[in-house]
Amino acid sequence: MLAIRIIPCLDVEDGRVVKGVRFKNIRDAGDPAQLAGLYNRQSADEIIFLDIGASYRSRDIMIEVVERVSKEVFIPLTVGGGIRSIYDIRRILNAGADKVSLCTAAINNSELIRDASEIFGSQCIVLSIDAKRTGSSWHAYINGGREDSGLDAVEWAKEGERLGAGEILLNSIDMDGTKKGYDLKLTKIISESVNIPVIASGGAGNLKQVMEAVTLGKAEAVLLASLLHYGEYTIEDIKRYLKEKGVCVR
Amino acid sequence: MIGIIDYGAGNLLSVKKAFDYLGVESKIIRSEEEFNTADRIVLPGVGAFGAAAGRLKESGFFRLIKEWLQSDRPFLGICLGMQLLFETSFESEGACGFGFFKGSCLRFNLGKVPQIGWNRINIKKDSNLLEGIPDDSFFYFLHGYYADPQEEDSIIAATHYGISYPSIMKRGNIYAVQFHPEKSGEAGLKLLENWGEKCSQ
Repeated sequence: MLAIRIIPCLDVEDGRVVKGVRFKNIRDAGDPAQLAGLYNRQSADEIIFLDIGASYRSRDIMIEVVERVSKEVFIPLTVGGGIRSIYDIRRILNAGADKVSLCTAAINNSELIRDASEIFGSQCIVLSIDAKRTGSSWHAYINGGREDSGLDAVEWAKEGERLGAGEILLNSIDMDGTKKGYDLKLTKIISESVNIPVIASGGAGNLKQVMEAVTLGKAEAVLLASLLHYGEYTIEDIKRYLKEKGVCVR
Repeated sequence: MIGIIDYGAGNLLSVKKAFDYLGVESKIIRSEEEFNTADRIVLPGVGAFGAAAGRLKESGFFRLIKEWLQSDRPFLGICLGMQLLFETSFESEGACGFGFFKGSCLRFNLGKVPQIGWNRINIKKDSNLLEGIPDDSFFYFLHGYYADPQEEDSIIAATHYGISYPSIMKRGNIYAVQFHPEKSGEAGLKLLENWGEKCSQ
């Protein structure tokens, strides 16, 4: 039976992890490679690096980070943030990433998903959807959640699958940072609308909510940021809890 | 020297990096001359069966690997590199694999496709490849098709995803794994180390 994946997400700017990370047991909490190593030892199932720096310099440094991490950490690595072209994707995969996640560029140019999945395979193309409730449905947002693309998030997920995306990273803008739990309705409706795995993101504040993303939201994986970074829980804690509740974890 | 075949199917660097990490010498192989310097071969691969078989033929590796398999020299196929050891795949009708194992590759018809994530192996037969790796260990899988062998004798381990299918196969010195050992953390590194030290000498 396939295990539910626990995926830490590191926001990186100019080669440094941002969003407060508080760990006593590592020397430099801002170094993405060190943190990746730590999460790997805690039995993370994958790691996602999100480049939130806008500059080309930040991208170049991200390439170096991926090169460094992929020499020491042997689990799947995904990189997202600011990826606009086949050229960008190739550079990141060549550096040692296994997947790239596309958000704004995929909406501005939907051929990018199709072309990228044909060239590199669907397995390495993750469609990232930043969804925000709009009336009775959800819209997909672009540019870091600042702008409404007008696309219905559920329809966009289905279209993304049709274009060749291999996974969907679903982030709820409404719940992100609230610690009130994942948007379970949104997660469930998208997970049941597509036949590719869905990674739930945004809103985790406790262990029960992480479990609900899986049991009620029907997600195949959960993305975690502050819940882990602030050291409230280790990945082992989360897996132990899920296992006790009958969820299959590694 | 371990030779990792580069036929444009990606994922090579991860395999190379894993061997580097283990301190096992390996080299990316891009030509027949380079192929002839290797005494052990790794065939990695992601992507579609037909496209990979086509690229192997264009690059001349298909014939070299076929002869290599026939002479039972040390070999490890990973993911698509395992499926290519079979005769055909429903992923690409009309395309032929090496036919080293009798059978075809079928598409999963239960659960989400592709299977992406960590799944267990159920060990069916003892093998040096699995020394120090307990039964039910998790490995990282990423595939939409699975091998359906005609003969059961070669199955070392099986995995369950809607149905039970072979995740490790072996005949003679030819080993094949459906998962990605280079992305399977400690268990994967151990398996690669075992292959390098105990299965390919």
